[in-house]
Amino acid sequence: MLNIDHLDVWFGDPPERVDAVKSAGFTVAQGESFGLVGESGSGKSTILRAITGLIGTWSGLIEVDGEKVSGQHRSRAFHKTVQMVFQDPYASLHPRHSVDRVLSETLHLQGMDQIDARITRLLDSVGLGKGFRFRYPHQLSGGQRQRVAIARALAAEPRLLLLDEPTSALDVSVQAEILNLLTDLRRERGLTYVMVSHDLAVVAHMCDRLAVMRGGEIVEVMEAARLRAGDPASDYARALLAASAGFAREGAPG
Amino acid sequence: MSPLLSVRNLRVSFPTRSGTFDAVRGVSFDLGRERLGVVGESGSGKSMTGRAILGLVRPPGRVTADRMELDGQPILNLPERQMRALRGARISMVMQDPKFSLNPVMTIGRQITEGYRLHTRTTPQAARDKALEMLRAVQIRDPERVFDAYPHEVSGGMGQRIMIAMMLAPDPEILIADEPTSALDVSVRNEVLRIMDKLVRDRGMGLIFISHDLNLVAEFCDRVLIMYAGRVVEELPAHDLKNARHPYTQGLLNSLPRLDHPVERLSVLQRQDSWRDEEIATPFPGGL
Amino acid sequence: MTDIPTREWLLSDAPQTRAQARLGAIYQGWLTFRANKLAMFGLIILVLLLLMAIFAPWLAPKDPFAQDLAGRLKPPSAANWLGTDALGRDILSRLIYGSRITLFIVGTVALVAPVIGLFVGTVAGFAGGWVDQVLMRITDIFLAFPKLILALAFVAALGPGIGNAVLALAITSWPPYARLARAETLTIRNADYIAAARLQGAGPLRLLIGHVWPLCISSMIVRVALDMAGIILSAAGLGFLGLGAQPPMPEWGAMISDGRTYILDFWWVAAMPGMAIFIVSLAFNLLGDGLRDVLDPKGAKE
Repeated sequence: MLNIDHLDVWFGDPPERVDAVKSAGFTVAQGESFGLVGESGSGKSTILRAITGLIGTWSGLIEVDGEKVSGQHRSRAFHKTVQMVFQDPYASLHPRHSVDRVLSETLHLQGMDQIDARITRLLDSVGLGKGFRFRYPHQLSGGQRQRVAIARALAAEPRLLLLDEPTSALDVSVQAEILNLLTDLRRERGLTYVMVSHDLAVVAHMCDRLAVMRGGEIVEVMEAARLRAGDPASDYARALLAASAGFAREGAPG
Repeated sequence: MSPLLSVRNLRVSFPTRSGTFDAVRGVSFDLGRERLGVVGESGSGKSMTGRAILGLVRPPGRVTADRMELDGQPILNLPERQMRALRGARISMVMQDPKFSLNPVMTIGRQITEGYRLHTRTTPQAARDKALEMLRAVQIRDPERVFDAYPHEVSGGMGQRIMIAMMLAPDPEILIADEPTSALDVSVRNEVLRIMDKLVRDRGMGLIFISHDLNLVAEFCDRVLIMYAGRVVEELPAHDLKNARHPYTQGLLNSLPRLDHPVERLSVLQRQDSWRDEEIATPFPGGL
Repeated sequence: MTDIPTREWLLSDAPQTRAQARLGAIYQGWLTFRANKLAMFGLIILVLLLLMAIFAPWLAPKDPFAQDLAGRLKPPSAANWLGTDALGRDILSRLIYGSRITLFIVGTVALVAPVIGLFVGTVAGFAGGWVDQVLMRITDIFLAFPKLILALAFVAALGPGIGNAVLALAITSWPPYARLARAETLTIRNADYIAAARLQGAGPLRLLIGHVWPLCISSMIVRVALDMAGIILSAAGLGFLGLGAQPPMPEWGAMISDGRTYILDFWWVAAMPGMAIFIVSLAFNLLGDGLRDVLDPKGAKE
C-alpha cells in the first residue's frame, strides 16, 4: 500500500539546511496499521507531510498503491486514496466554517454526489448525530472536533489514513473514545493506518508494527508484540520504553 | 503540625451571558511539607485552583473561600501589592511551557536575578552567585554560559529546569507546578521531575503538582486529589491509586491503553451527572 | 413565538438548520457589540447621519443654495439655527445636504480601497515568491508618498471635482489594507485547516476566496471603520484646498474653507461644519472599536 525508501526531507538551503529525515525506509501492507514513534524533532510527522505533498523538499522513493509520487503535486486519485488527520483539532478546522460547510465542500471537491445524504452518514459513522451538522468549531469540544476532522478525512472514502498524533491534544477519556472509533472504522472499512505518536502505549494498542525514530533516522522497525514484551533490539528503543514506563524516584522505597 | 496552606470551600466563578459559570466549586484541602497531586481533565478546575491560590484569577472572575491561609495568615483576595510580595517569595509557580513563561529578550541570568533581588534586596554580586548556584542545583552543566544565554538558545527541557531554578531561588515555602512536564519528551520529563523532587525534598517545601496524568502523579506525589467539574471527587494516598473507589477515578485509569495489558477496545468512561453534586466519600482530614 | 424562546433559539449551541446557525452567529456578535456602550453611541450617530442624508429635503429648513446677501454672516438665531454664511445661506441646511456628499465619499472609498487592498495583500501573501515581491514593492511605492500629497497630485492631473477626489482617496488609501491582509494571510497560509483543504484537492483560488478571505475580511472591516475618520478628514482637506467638491456644493471641508476668511469675527461659519466633521469622525472611531470586539477578538481587551 505504502512503500518508502531512502527518504530524505530537509528544510531551508545550505548553509542553514536542516535535515529532518535521513534515509528513512519502510513498507506498509494493505490493511495493516503501522506506527511511527519518536520524541519531538525525530522527523516522524515530517514523513507524513512529505507523503501528502505538504512539504516539497524531499528526495527518495514514495510509492502509494504502486504509484510513485514526486514533488508537491498530487493527483486527484491520490487525494481519493490517502487522507490525513491532524494533531491539533483546534487548528485543523477553519474557525469560520460550520461542520456542514467543511463536509459539503470536501465532498464537492472529491466529486461525490448525494452530498446531503452523505453528510448525515459521515456524521453517523464518527458518532456525531445530526444535531452537530450546523455547529461552528467553537461550539464543539476537542473530541468532537477531532471526530469532525476524521469525518472530513473519510469523506473521500480513502484506503490509507495518515494519523498525526490524533489524540495527543485530548483528555485520556476522550482519547479512549477516539482510539476506539479509529479501531472500529478500520475494521469496518478495511483501512490502512500510518499513525504517528510519541506515546508508546497508544501505538502498541493501535498498530501491528512500528518504527522507532530518532534524529530523523529510523532506529528500529519491530512488531508491536515485541514492544509489549519489553524486548526491542536497539538500545534507544529500550531506553525510550524505560522512560515512558514512568518516573522512578531515586532511592525511594517502592 | 499545622499545615503550610489551608484552603476551605474555594470557589472561582465567572459571569457569562447565560448566568454564572463556576470553574471551581468548593475545593478544600490542607498542604503540609509534602507533594500533593491535583489530577483532572481539562475543564475540571485544577489549574484555576492553582491560579486562585496565587491571586492570578483575572477579573471578571471572582474568588471566594471560607478560609485560605498561608501559615495561618489569610491570603484570600489580598491587595495586589501584598500579593506581589507573596508571589515568588513564599509561593511560586512553574507553568506548562517554558517557551511562554520566559521573557525572550532578556538573558536567563537577568531573569533569575531580577526576581530574586526584588524579594531579597541583595547586592548584584550576591544575586549572581545565588543564580549560578540555583542553575547548578538544577543540574545545568555550564551555568556561566547559560547565565548569559537567551531563552531561545536552550532546549525545552533545559528551559523548564531554568524555570524551576528561577522559581526556587527566593526559597519559597510552596511551589505550584501546573503541568510542568506536559510539553516535554519522556526522557527529559523524568530528569526534570527528579530534579524537582530532590529540591522540594531537600528544602522541605510543599508542592502542589497539577497534572492530567494520573499515573505520573501517583508515582511522583504523596497524596492525590482527583477533581471533576470543579470539585474534588476523591482523595487518596498516591500508592493507593489502584484501589480508587470513585467510578470517575477508576474510569480514568481504565481508559488508558497499557503496554502490559493489550485489549481490543479500550473501556470508555461513562460520565454520570451525579458526580457533579453527590456527597464526597472521602472524609475531610482535620475538619472544617 | 414569544421573546424568550427566540433568544434561546438564536443562542442554541446545537442549531438545527443552516439559517439558524448563521442567525445565531450574527446574534452573538450583536450581543457583544451591544455590551460596548460607546460603540452603540457611535452606531446611533451614524444611523442618524444616514437618516439625515436620506431625508435631507424634508429636514432642511431652507434651500441650501438660496443666497440672501442682506442676511449674510448672521449668528445662530431662531431663524437660522446655526447662522448663515458669507452669501447668506443657511448653514444648518447646508450641513444637512452636505451629509449626502460626506456619505458618498466615505462609502465609495470604503468600498474601493479595502477591496483593492484585500486582493493585493492576500494574493501576495498566499502566492509568495516573486508575486509577493512585485506586489509588495508596488505597495511600498504608494506608501512612500504622503497620502494627501499623492491625492493632490491625482486630482491636479484628473481635474478637480468630487468624483476625482474620491478616486484619488481610494487609490492612495489601499496600501495599508494590503499590508494588513498580507500579514494575516501569512499566518493563515500554514494553518492545518488550509493543509487539510489542500489534501482534498482544493485549488489555490478556492483556498484564497473560501478560506483566506473570510478570515481577513473581519479585520479589514474593523480597520476600515477606524480609518473612516481619516478618510472624512482627507476629503474635507481636499475640499478645503478647493480640489474636492466645487462651489456651490455644500461639502463640509469646502464650507470650512469658505469660513476661514471670517474666522475671527464670525466663528460659526467655520466652526459648525468643523463640529459636524468632528462628531462623525468620532462616531466612526467608536463604531470601529465595537466592531473589533465582535470580529477580531485577538485585538480586543481580555
